Amino acid sequence: MSATVVQTGLLTARSLRRLSRQPAYLAFTLVQPLIWLLLFGELFRRVSALPGFGTGDYLGYLTPGVIVMTAMSTAGWSGTAIVEDLDRGVMDRTLTTPVRPIALTGASLIHQGVVTVVQSLILLGVGLAAGARYPAGVPGVLALLACTVLLGWAFAALSDALAVTVQQQAALIAVSQFLTLPLTFLSSIMIAPELLPGWVATAARYNPVDWAARAARESLTAAPDWTAVLGRAGLLAALAAVTAGLTVTAYRSHRR
Amino acid sequence: MPDTPAVEAVDLVKTFGKGARAVHALRGISFQVPAATVFGLLGPNGAGKSTTVRILATLSAPGSGSAAVAGLDVRRSPDAVRRTIGYVSQRPGFDPVATGRENLVLQGRLHGLPAAECRRRAGELLARLDLLAAADRLCRTWSGGMQRKLDVAMGLVHRPRVLFLDEPTTGLDPQARRELWDAITRLSRHDGVSVLLTTHYLDEADQLADRLLIVDDGRVVAQGTPDELKAALGDDTVRVEFADRHQAGAARAAIGALPGVGTALADDLTVTARVADGVGALPGVLDAVARTGGRATSVAVARPSLDDVYLHHAGRRFAQAGAAPAGSTGAGREQVPA
Repeated sequence: MSATVVQTGLLTARSLRRLSRQPAYLAFTLVQPLIWLLLFGELFRRVSALPGFGTGDYLGYLTPGVIVMTAMSTAGWSGTAIVEDLDRGVMDRTLTTPVRPIALTGASLIHQGVVTVVQSLILLGVGLAAGARYPAGVPGVLALLACTVLLGWAFAALSDALAVTVQQQAALIAVSQFLTLPLTFLSSIMIAPELLPGWVATAARYNPVDWAARAARESLTAAPDWTAVLGRAGLLAALAAVTAGLTVTAYRSHRR
Repeated sequence: MPDTPAVEAVDLVKTFGKGARAVHALRGISFQVPAATVFGLLGPNGAGKSTTVRILATLSAPGSGSAAVAGLDVRRSPDAVRRTIGYVSQRPGFDPVATGRENLVLQGRLHGLPAAECRRRAGELLARLDLLAAADRLCRTWSGGMQRKLDVAMGLVHRPRVLFLDEPTTGLDPQARRELWDAITRLSRHDGVSVLLTTHYLDEADQLADRLLIVDDGRVVAQGTPDELKAALGDDTVRVEFADRHQAGAARAAIGALPGVGTALADDLTVTARVADGVGALPGVLDAVARTGGRATSVAVARPSLDDVYLHHAGRRFAQAGAAPAGSTGAGREQVPA
């Protein structure tokens, strides 16, 4: 057990050190969400005036959604680091040590969690500067971070499992492209759930991105419905556990 | 257990893919690596060398057959095997965005060594490989030769009992190759580690390996020490050159009549004689030439080369085998463009 914890710490330290030496990578992942936030926030400002939207602060509505979306799309590329290690001999080298697949999986997810928190805080700050308000304060922000990190984990573990199994960057690109945009639009990220067309609303109900977006938005309201937030967070945690299990299994069978 | 072989492989079979497209990487390979020796696995690209090493290093499971490293079964106790081995793959195994020291310490830590021990050992290996000056620079800024030395050091940081080196010098310039050979020899002697090395360079096998296993197309075609393998081919060659073809003809007859000379052939200006012991026969050959009144312009004694050994056992020249189309050999990540 303790060996697994030590290994996880070592591998996490390695990937965070890499990140600190290539900080431009993090900045790069923020370009797109900033465009969404500042451009769409402005373009669709008056959407919130539609009857039934529920809030007059569209930027305040949009910001948690963009944060969730950013976490998902960044996490989708998590496997890139694995493909790089596989292409070089780094993965082989690592797998000839007594390292546990759980440690490899855990280190990647902790790294992803750190990235998600940093990204989310920056986007919350930008939203705030542009005029969004988060009445729930610190507890609300913490709840938003938790939900966002859980969603990031679900997608990062899926990306990692694919990377270990398929071992090709192209597969990750395909998955990111196939998943990210449809899941974004089949959700309430841009438009209040009450205003979604019927079939989209139905699809959104089974869309983890929508679970996270709703939970994140709810967390920031003046009087959050914590039961609803916890319920969705629970679903996200279950999903993350399943995809993390896939990654561990993928590493196990890779050694055969 | 000093008598336990470093490696024991019994009838290893590995097939990639199924049906008509199946690639038979290993068709039943058996061998033993005695402890504390350097053992060479020699063969052209796609012969099955890397597949064998990957099975021994617990990165891949054999389709059938069994293998043990330091007496530990690779399938039943992979973690125990991992604690015993160092592995240097043909692709670089270090993190380019980390320093040499960081790479070494991480590798040691993953093998379970305490942090202080890893730092001490990293410093020691860096010093012994002349890498101290670059130790704290990111590895992507290092030269190819330095990077390869680091790869070898990473395989040794935790003092393994058995070290696997898969094509250690591929892609290096001649000087870097010599330096790495030197490093491998020194480090393996100093640490008393058993080395299993794969190579498709005949000179590398000749230089480094105490014993050799020649593999081709997933099968063992010969094994022994380099000298045994060459001696098994029999005769040395004595080659005498003349300035004049009549002198060569006369010398051929005289040399051919000497006791102990198998055949003597004259080819224009050159007489080639096959003898059991080339150096021993040399004085007699020179005497015979002198008696015919001829004057030799050069004399050479050649032992059979590993290339001759390979030709003899695999039925083709080594260089030709290596140049075989990649599609007909090996599988998956084993192939690395030369």
